[in-house]
Amino acid sequence: MDFSVIINELPLYFEGLLLTAQLVPFSLILGFLAAIPVAIMRLSRNPLVNYPAFAFTYFFRGTPLLVQLFLLYAGVGQLDGYSALTKEFDFLKGAYFFALLAFFFNTTAYTAEIFRGAMAETPFGEIEAAKACGMSKWMILRRITIPSALRRALPAYSNEVIFMLHGSALASTITLVDLTGAARIVQSRYYAPFEAFITAGVFYFVLTFLLVWAFRLIEKHFNKHLNRREETVIEVVT
Amino acid sequence: MKKFLVAAVAAAMTFTAGSASAQEELRIGVEGAYPPFSSVDPSGNLIGFDIEIANAICDEMKVKCTLVTQDWDGIIPALLAKKYDAIIASMSITEERKQKVDFSEKYYNTPARFLRKKDSGIEITAESLEGKSVGVQRGTIHDTFLTAEFPNVDIKRYGTQDEAYLDMTAGRVDLLLADSIAMDDGFVKTDAGKDYELFGPSYSEPKYFGDGAGIAVRKEDTDLRDRLSAAIKGIRANGVYKSINDKYFDFDIY
Repeated sequence: MDFSVIINELPLYFEGLLLTAQLVPFSLILGFLAAIPVAIMRLSRNPLVNYPAFAFTYFFRGTPLLVQLFLLYAGVGQLDGYSALTKEFDFLKGAYFFALLAFFFNTTAYTAEIFRGAMAETPFGEIEAAKACGMSKWMILRRITIPSALRRALPAYSNEVIFMLHGSALASTITLVDLTGAARIVQSRYYAPFEAFITAGVFYFVLTFLLVWAFRLIEKHFNKHLNRREETVIEVVT
Repeated sequence: MKKFLVAAVAAAMTFTAGSASAQEELRIGVEGAYPPFSSVDPSGNLIGFDIEIANAICDEMKVKCTLVTQDWDGIIPALLAKKYDAIIASMSITEERKQKVDFSEKYYNTPARFLRKKDSGIEITAESLEGKSVGVQRGTIHDTFLTAEFPNVDIKRYGTQDEAYLDMTAGRVDLLLADSIAMDDGFVKTDAGKDYELFGPSYSEPKYFGDGAGIAVRKEDTDLRDRLSAAIKGIRANGVYKSINDKYFDFDIY
C-alpha cells in the first residue's frame, strides 16, 4: 500500500469533510425539530392526525435511504417542468438540496419513532403530579412529557445520529463530493481502493468518536438527577 | 455406494480437465453502460462495439469467452483481483494506468468533445465557461483532462455516462465532456438527445488521451497481451473488424 498519493489529495478529503460536516448537522437539526410534532401526531388517537404521520414514518423507515435519494434526485429530475423550475430556483439545480431533503426525511422518520416510544413510556406518576398541579394538556406536554421523553431517548437518538453520519456517504452516489465522494475520486484516479477508502474510514472514525464523546457529555448533563450519588451507593452496600 | 461416488467424481474431473485443455476459457471484463460501445439491450443481452470486438477476438484466438460486466470505477481493481483476465471496455492507454496494468495494441482511437444543448449559446472560451458545470465520468481520461485544463469550471463526476446524460436532460449540468463517438451514438442520435449537439474542437493530446483504446491485462500476463495484440491485427487483416466497424460508425475508427 502506498499512502503517498493520499498526502497530495488531502485537500480533496477536507473539501469532502466540509460537505459531510454541513449535510449531516443540517439534516439532523431539521430532522430533530420536525420529529417532535411527528411523534406527537403518532401518539394521537385521532386517525386523521395519526395516519399521515404513520404513513410518513412507515415509508421512510420501510425503504432504503439509497432508494429515497435516487427517487428524489433522479426521479424529480425527469419530471416535466423540472428544468423550467430550476431557472427560477437555482438551488433546485444541484444535488445538494436533494441530498439534504432525503437525509432530512429519513432522519425525521427514525427520530420520530424514537421519540414516540420515549413519550409513550412517560411514567404515569409524572403526568398525574402535573395534573394535580393544575397544568393544562399542552403545558403537561411542554413541561413534562417532551423534556422527560427527550432525556430518555438520548441513548437511542445518539445511535440515529451516528447512522445518519454513515448514511450520508450515499451523497457520493449523486455527484456530491463528500468524504466518500472524495475517496471515490482518489480511488479512480490512482486505482488505489485500499488507501482511498481507509483514509475516508479514518475520517469517519474520528467523527464518530467525537459524536460518541459529545453524547456522553450531553447525557451526563441532562440525566444528572438520575445518577446515584457516591454516598448513597456506599450506604446500600453497608 | 461411496466407492461409486469417488469413481464418478474422478471420472467427472478427468472429463472437465480434458475439455478445458481442448478449449481454453477467457473471462473478459466489460462495462455494459457505455453505448454504442457497450450496453445492455432491453432483454438483458450485452451489445455494442466493444462486445462484438471481444467476441471476434475470442474467435480469432480460438478461446471460449465469458463476458463479465463491471462498473467503470472498479474495473481495474477487479482485473487485479482476478475476477476476469482482460478488459475490453474502450479503455484508453495512459501512463497512469500502465503503472497498474499492461495493454495490448490499440483497437480504436477517437477524440473527446464537448456536448451542449442546442440553444445554450455556450462557447469554449474562458469567459463563457467561467462557473459553468461540466459533467464527466469519474476516473476517465476526460476527467483528468478537464481537471487539468479547465480549472474554472465546476466539475460534476458521474459513475456512469448514462447518469451524466440523465442530468444533462434534467438541465442540471451545462456541458458534458466525453468521447465524441460515445456521445454521438449513445446520446445525440437517440430520442432523448435530439436537442443536444457536439461542438468545439476535437481533443486528442496523447498527454491526456494516450494512444487510443487497448485491452488491459494484468502485468504478469505478457503472453496473453501479445496474443490479444496479434488477434487485433488478425481481425484487422481478415475484414472482421471492418464489418463490425461499419455496423456502428460511418468511418474507420481504428
